[in-house]
Amino acid sequence: MKLLVILVNRLAWLIPTVFGLMAITFAITHIIPADPVAAVIGENASPEQVAALKEKLGLDKPLVEQFVIYLTGLLRGDFGISLYTQRPISEDLFARVPATIELSVVTLFVAIAAGIPVGVISAVHRNSLLDHALRIFTVSGLAIASFWLAILFQLFFSMYLGWTPLQGRVDGWGPDPITGFFIVDALIIGDFEMLGDVLAHMVLPVLTMAYPAMATIVRFTRAGVLEAISSNFVMYESAMGFPRRVIIWKYVLRSALIGTVTQIGLIFGILIANSVVVETVFDWPGIGRYAVDSILNSDYNGVMGFAVFTGVIFILINALVDILHGLIDPRETR
Amino acid sequence: MTGDTLLRVSDLKVSFQTEAGSAKVLDGVNLTIGRGEILGLVGESGCGKSTLARSVLGILPKNAARITDGTILFDGENLLERNEAYLARVLRGRRISFVPQDPFSSFSPVFSIGDQFMELMKWKSPEITDAQAAARTILSSRYGRARRRRDAERVMEMLSAVQLPQPEAILRKYPHEVSGGQRQRLMIAMALLTEPELIIADEPTTALDVTIQAQILKLLKALAAERNVAVLFTTHDLGTAWEICDRIMVMYAGQDVEVAGSADFFARPNHPYTDRLLASLPGAEGGLQGIPGNIPGFVSPPGGCRFHPRCDLASDACRTTRPGVTALGSGHAVRCHHPLGTQFLKEAVT
Amino acid sequence: METIRFILRKFFEDKVALVGLVIITALVLVAIFAGVLATHPGDVSTFHPADRLQGPSLAHFFGTDRMGSDIFSRILFGARITITIAVISVGLSVLIGVPIGLLAGYYNGWFSDLLMRVSDIFLAVPQIVLAIAIAQTLGPAIENVILALSLTYWPFWTRLVYAETRACKNETFVEASVALGASPFRVIVLHILPNISSGIIVRTTLGMGSTILTAAVLGFLGLGPPAPSPEWGRTIAESRQYLPNAWWYATFPGLAIFMVVMGFNLLGDGLRDILDPRIRRSKSNDR
Ligand SMILES: Nc1ncnc2c1ncn2[C@@H]1O[C@H](COP(=O)(O)OP(=O)(O)OP(=O)(O)O)[C@@H](O)[C@H]1O
Ligand code: SF4
Ligand SMILES: [Mg+2]
Repeated sequence: MKLLVILVNRLAWLIPTVFGLMAITFAITHIIPADPVAAVIGENASPEQVAALKEKLGLDKPLVEQFVIYLTGLLRGDFGISLYTQRPISEDLFARVPATIELSVVTLFVAIAAGIPVGVISAVHRNSLLDHALRIFTVSGLAIASFWLAILFQLFFSMYLGWTPLQGRVDGWGPDPITGFFIVDALIIGDFEMLGDVLAHMVLPVLTMAYPAMATIVRFTRAGVLEAISSNFVMYESAMGFPRRVIIWKYVLRSALIGTVTQIGLIFGILIANSVVVETVFDWPGIGRYAVDSILNSDYNGVMGFAVFTGVIFILINALVDILHGLIDPRETR
Repeated sequence: MTGDTLLRVSDLKVSFQTEAGSAKVLDGVNLTIGRGEILGLVGESGCGKSTLARSVLGILPKNAARITDGTILFDGENLLERNEAYLARVLRGRRISFVPQDPFSSFSPVFSIGDQFMELMKWKSPEITDAQAAARTILSSRYGRARRRRDAERVMEMLSAVQLPQPEAILRKYPHEVSGGQRQRLMIAMALLTEPELIIADEPTTALDVTIQAQILKLLKALAAERNVAVLFTTHDLGTAWEICDRIMVMYAGQDVEVAGSADFFARPNHPYTDRLLASLPGAEGGLQGIPGNIPGFVSPPGGCRFHPRCDLASDACRTTRPGVTALGSGHAVRCHHPLGTQFLKEAVT
Repeated sequence: METIRFILRKFFEDKVALVGLVIITALVLVAIFAGVLATHPGDVSTFHPADRLQGPSLAHFFGTDRMGSDIFSRILFGARITITIAVISVGLSVLIGVPIGLLAGYYNGWFSDLLMRVSDIFLAVPQIVLAIAIAQTLGPAIENVILALSLTYWPFWTRLVYAETRACKNETFVEASVALGASPFRVIVLHILPNISSGIIVRTTLGMGSTILTAAVLGFLGLGPPAPSPEWGRTIAESRQYLPNAWWYATFPGLAIFMVVMGFNLLGDGLRDILDPRIRRSKSNDR
């Protein structure tokens, strides 16, 4: 019952947020630039050329009408035409989504698998030498520019040591697309050489993206564990002689994680932000790379498409996380 | 009580590291409990009751607290000489169990009540022998289906023993879904399930409604008596102590001051502090008097008898030396240089 | 007075915050005296093609770039750009975000709700995404970076100030001054603002760090100040085609970003420990 309320609340909030996001991007494209057309076709185009392009792009209509057109287009999944490739932006984006998702999911997995134990250990041994060392490590993760880290990794591991591929998703063409996720596709066709190659290409981008995400997870886990560890139930369970590792890794950790699961949204934000530059450095053919290509080609339709697309995904993820939180926290739903 | 002492705490000294310095919270405390006996440990808030209880359990905060002197003999073995692993595996939960003050926050909020009961039984079931418990490793922590089934039966029996209706339904619930009184019944059930010899109940009813307090206490007393389990029961309320305790011990600022059988205690208080306590009970003659002054700080406490700054009878001896134990017969003992009983005697003589 | 002395004492006890403060002080000094400290102060705009891509040496501590300019000197001048961007855009965000948060928090009504909904929408999208969109539309220039960052960053302060104002409004001393007939402006400025300032200070310090990172990303993507600006992110982007030989080209500007962001993060974390009474209390409860 309570779960239903959460669900309805979240969905009701979703609609105005997405609408607001679209209004903001519309404002950015249609109100801020003095002359968006000049930006596209150059300043010495003839007035006739400008007028023709304006008409083609619908820029001669009143703003409100433009907004309605923009909005209905977006709602149909139509992000407009790329000014550079001249293809529908939604097609370009959807073709690149699997690469980004694959990278993000593997990264998230690595970051969680490393971050949670480190956070717990750091909290349990609070103020020890180990804790201080781990904290320096994590604080650094939040201060490093990820494009720089990516370049350092490339420089060291690929260029000097030659251990990992320099960039790209795979050598050659990769597996025939079935799902678009190369790991999955390589497994389906049973090509383990290909799988190895795909994984080798993922090492550096994943490590680059995982570091700041992990640092965030460590911080939240550590804080959550520290809070939970001073709860009465820990005292009670120690008094009853429960094994220490059960108290910490089962009871304390579960409490700590339920409290911090809402922060997953933040971590996704970090991943999205970093994917833009990390995909650029590693030439990873995902949507972040697409955004940068659009920037380089002054294709602001493409940039806006990217902004709306990632924005909507991010909003959806946050809504899902809230619902998930309701599902796993018995106090929320029962 | 003589041959059958279960717990004997002697001359226990505990201090806490604080920013202001070392707080000498327990200053040579003595206490004994016989098998099956209910001992009430009474004292004002902050006098060190919980610290004493936690010392016996061995769960004082590791980095802040230090036991500087004394012994804690449980069934003849000195717990202070045992290592943490032994205490956690063999003693705690199995031979000594615990009923906390706040039954709400002492359950984990994110596991069902049933899960938490089965976790307890997994580690502390009476079927586990001491040797098995002591040798506990990750590998040996398997929880076989047969034992699980028998343990589940034990749980159901115990839930009806603590008079909880619809045990199956309760086990499926989460702690926030049951009432305060039910939660404390559950805690008592957990404490008894492992068939301990001693239960340490630290103010088990303070967090409850007055109307429920009496029920819970009666239940605890009855179940403990039935099973011949000793109870160390701390409270700052003399009334509840009177209701359920065989003997009562009073503590003041980290010192034990008087111990007596319940009837004797109320009839013949011998320590000036006990006397004041009884006089301050509502309904006692003279009404609510209160005791002038405050409990002293523990960083630089008054020397000798810590009650002397508030005591009318204080003499020089009180200020310098801690009084020894004066036995008054039938288990009544007092630690005071000028106990009231003898004073009456003196007055009668002169 | 008492509290100020307490905070100062804590500050010197808290080595982390102190390290952060030292780094940031150094950054500010470097930015101010870049012209004096730089070994080749002219190299921001003059080039020496003959000396291009030389490794670190006594003549060029951090080596030279593709134009033969001294990277060390350019990093010092880059500090000016970084500071300018960070201070102005965070300053603008505070100027926009704090008043909105105060108003929305102090008054109840649809207008407050609307303000908060709008800031929530901004917060619903990763800052970098909107910043890229805005900077791209405006074109590469330092003032456009500043605009893009401020336009996307103000809601962080609004959220914080809103929540704290709501909490503060019900405190007795605020209610008392309202009852005594103080004007809303007076109440907000004299009673609420001082009470929520520590949260704002911490948020602002940490915000400087993340703003510098975002600004560097914009620079790296070519959305920052145009060449030949010594902006750190842009320098790293330029260096990529000369790797692996010119390793110093990418390494030192990135190190500069790292140090500065680290400085602000350490200072912010330290300030939070010092100023936040809730954390202070839980620290003394250490078990
Ligand atoms: N972790 C700790 N660090 C420092 N001092 C402590 C700590 N725990 C307890 N103390 C101090 O020890 C003294 C006794 O505390 P204790 O909890 O044993 O009292 P109590 O008799 O149980 O009181 P209450 O009736 O309030 O539960 C108090 O003055 C308390 O401040
Ligand atoms: S020992 Fe002295 S100070 Fe202490 S209670 Fe007895 S008479 Fe009072
Ligand atoms: Mg207590």
